[in-house]
Amino acid sequence: MVKKLDITQGLPDPSKVMDEIMAKYPTKIAKKRQKSLVVNDPAEGKEIQANVRTIPGIITQRGCTYAGCKGVVLGPTRDIINLVHGPIGCSFYAWLTRRNQTRPAEGEDNFITYSFSTDIQDSNIVFGGEAKLKDAVREAFEIFKPKAIGIFSTCPVGLIGDDVHSVSREMKEELGINIFGFSCEGYRGVSQSAGHHIANNGVFKNVIGNNNRERIGKYQINLLGEYNIGGDAFELERLFDEAGITLLSTFSGNSTIESMEYSHMADLNLIMCHRSINYIAEMMEEKYGIPWVKVSFIGAEGSAKALRKVAEYFDDAELSAKVEEIIEREMKKVETVREAVKAKTEGKLAMMFVGGSRAHHYQDLFTEIGVTTVSAGYEFAHRDDYEGRDVIPSIKIDADTRNIEDLTVEKDLELYREDLAVKKEKLLKNGYEFSNYDGMMPEMKKNSLVIDDINHWETEKLIEYYKPDIFCAGIKEKYVVQKSGVPLKQLHSYDYGGPYAGFEGAINFYLEMERMLCTRIWKMVTTPWKTDPEIVGSFAINE
Amino acid sequence: MEKIPTLSYIRPFVSTRNACKLCSPLGACIAIKGIEGCVPVIHGSQGCATYIRRYMISHYKEPVDIASSNFSEETTIFGGEANLKIALTNVTNQYQPKAIGVATTCLSETIGEDVASQLSHIRNDNTNSNLPSLFTVSTPSYQGTHMDGFHATVLEVVKNFAKKLPSADKINLFPGFVSPADIRHLKEILIDFDLTTTILPDYSDTLDNPVWDQYYRVPKGGTPISELEKMGEAYASIELGVFTAVKQGGQNGGTEVSGASWLESEHSVKNHQCILPIGMNSNDTLFDILSKISGKDIPVKYKIQRGRLLDSYADGHKYIFGKKAVVYGEEDLVLGLCSFLDEIGVEVVLAASGANSGKLQKEIIKHCPEHGKTIKVISDSDFEQINEACNTIKPDFLIGNSKGNYIAGNFNIPLIRVGFPIHDRIGGQRITLLGYQGTQELFDKVVNAMIEYKQNNSPIGYKYM
Repeated sequence: MVKKLDITQGLPDPSKVMDEIMAKYPTKIAKKRQKSLVVNDPAEGKEIQANVRTIPGIITQRGCTYAGCKGVVLGPTRDIINLVHGPIGCSFYAWLTRRNQTRPAEGEDNFITYSFSTDIQDSNIVFGGEAKLKDAVREAFEIFKPKAIGIFSTCPVGLIGDDVHSVSREMKEELGINIFGFSCEGYRGVSQSAGHHIANNGVFKNVIGNNNRERIGKYQINLLGEYNIGGDAFELERLFDEAGITLLSTFSGNSTIESMEYSHMADLNLIMCHRSINYIAEMMEEKYGIPWVKVSFIGAEGSAKALRKVAEYFDDAELSAKVEEIIEREMKKVETVREAVKAKTEGKLAMMFVGGSRAHHYQDLFTEIGVTTVSAGYEFAHRDDYEGRDVIPSIKIDADTRNIEDLTVEKDLELYREDLAVKKEKLLKNGYEFSNYDGMMPEMKKNSLVIDDINHWETEKLIEYYKPDIFCAGIKEKYVVQKSGVPLKQLHSYDYGGPYAGFEGAINFYLEMERMLCTRIWKMVTTPWKTDPEIVGSFAINE
Repeated sequence: MEKIPTLSYIRPFVSTRNACKLCSPLGACIAIKGIEGCVPVIHGSQGCATYIRRYMISHYKEPVDIASSNFSEETTIFGGEANLKIALTNVTNQYQPKAIGVATTCLSETIGEDVASQLSHIRNDNTNSNLPSLFTVSTPSYQGTHMDGFHATVLEVVKNFAKKLPSADKINLFPGFVSPADIRHLKEILIDFDLTTTILPDYSDTLDNPVWDQYYRVPKGGTPISELEKMGEAYASIELGVFTAVKQGGQNGGTEVSGASWLESEHSVKNHQCILPIGMNSNDTLFDILSKISGKDIPVKYKIQRGRLLDSYADGHKYIFGKKAVVYGEEDLVLGLCSFLDEIGVEVVLAASGANSGKLQKEIIKHCPEHGKTIKVISDSDFEQINEACNTIKPDFLIGNSKGNYIAGNFNIPLIRVGFPIHDRIGGQRITLLGYQGTQELFDKVVNAMIEYKQNNSPIGYKYM
């Protein structure tokens, strides 16, 4: 048997393994790279380097700007036609790949099962593709009569100078529906994170605020940064429905453009994935005075806390009572499963490298079943997602960040909710937290290892060091990790599972972890670090 | 509504809706994975490498490392050579590969990168003396499909490595884009004919690994470079597939060349081309070729496999005779499947491909003596066109990759999964179609799918044979 890492006296200081990792990098690279690896100390609050360019030739798990814009933010919305102006690959690869689910009403449009591409050819590169794009827009309108069409620019389109924005304006005029473009060429940013920002700007400019719908509920909220992977949003909708909270719009799981158009009529914005959507929350507050709070519905405790936070905001005895009733009932179901699973999973170790938010929140689910996260990091996050929003003023603005427009937002004099601003002031005095996210690091244990944009070499080395019982990441790492004898749970797409949000989600996740952590399969596999602790071959990185 | 005149007669729609093709650099990466110790580098945005890895990994369920030169906005202005150099150095240091294959993208092609000369600059730079063999292939996604990328890579590899050598007692096999399991089966057949063979590409191990007791950054297997160098000394090549030629010298005019045909013209290696051997007829052709070039009788083992296949045709044909099938995917796969379905009495009502060589219909007529002339063939197609066509033709089953699943769902008919990508099932890399044995597996699947469909839709539900 493998000697497990002893963590009974707290996590061991991983400095030695970090030195071993750095030793294989040339000095210049080591100097740069080591800023992205931090031995955590929540008491001290250390700085991590994040959102910097990946070195060419290193196998990164990061995607491109287009992936963040079309794939992540706009992709899950069902009543918009997302037309990719580019070669065929870009559209094909973002075709339902993220397992977003949606539930259209009878007879309602659902275009998320489609991938539309102008499929540009040689001649379009030479002579320009705008004419073809216009025809494609007309065709989409003719066939589907959608409410909106989004046009996404890809690398070659940006280079040949096709202007998706002017085509959008022209077509909007011609066809009379909402049409807007995104300059989300893949080369634009450090990672998909740039695409999130571009998508946020586009949705804010072109969609939010188009319909000043009358109030339809007593407590109106939006849920931001919930993409309904594996049905997460359905579980949350169930909870809000029962509590009598009206979910106006979700950005963007199980969502419609129609609902986003009146989302500015909400009383509160809840943010799940801070990285991908905080821009919209900020802009909605500036323009309409809607406060935002960061919540996490990943984990039963977090879900209860989030529901209470909403109830506290609305300060209504009836709502609070209803929320408490739901929590009590749901927690009873959760506890039964949790205890049974925890008996088997207690003391196991997890590592997770995913997203701009998930690597933080899934630690809660693991804690609930007694599993310790020894090392974690994000793929495309910024420093504030690690260290908390307090550090935002001190983040260096580099050329890549400057490349993406920061919208100037002004107060909407007619719709600005002074009442909410007053409410916020009052609640702030009582210690209620708004517009805040403390990030991942303050909540992680002392000596846990935090790594941004982890690469294959570091993954191999850390698996060998920590001998984790489970590794959470995505499909691209899955078989690398499993070939090392460690099970991998995909937290981008949930493999075939989910939902994992809310109370039912927590139960699903516990049971999934019971299956993955207690299977006998891995005992049949001789792991590399059981036989040969030294990684074969030497390694160096150049820049 | 004003249409661009050139579009309307090319095809009846503008947008490709649910594409029945993938992009060219993906095909290049698959072929590059079939060379021993070779790591693919994609010269362009990192997203291309990430997306292509994502699709290959979910199909093959193996680690697939593809590096990128990670273009930034600045790179698009100043050119990608500096980035490429860093990428090649880092890949060399990390993987100590025997070769690096650089596939271009829309991005690097649009800005007009001359990668071949970049590679020679980088190679001539003294600081990079430890670089392995380098080669490049032009694969912008706006030209053709993943199959063009695949075959262009095969051609570039042959051109790059094959040396002028005296003839030797060996042959080459160009299997085309088939599954790792199919390549393994072809190897077995060749060994049984006592043929010494170089297979290009051979990803039978690299994209279908066993569990490891140590981690291999570059998976074992693939065609050794020393073998590639000797491809010119073979006395024959066998090329599976007839849509293997790559356009050389511009879109208008120029010649069409495949790896095998280039070896024939440059090194006098006689090329024996046949369609993908799926079904009795096409396998008979292949085994005849093998028998002829090896000078040996067909081994008893395969005669028995052939006999069993024929025996099962007799047992199973009544369940499938006259059933209507829709076939889609790469042109060679579609052609091979049509030929097989035609011989077992299934009526192919629609044969569709996202590719557009202009030759699919002609080849189908040639290889499907029963129904060939009535098969509706659509090239440059997409899944929505297939879906719409299904409304009127009411097929009994679909055969092709996972992406047609929604159509099968719409019409509540079975989808028999073959080809690439298969991301909603386990074992896509182990599906065999080739040889009498592979055909046997496919035939059983088709028959059982029809029986299961009938059983599920019958009020009685049980069935004895």
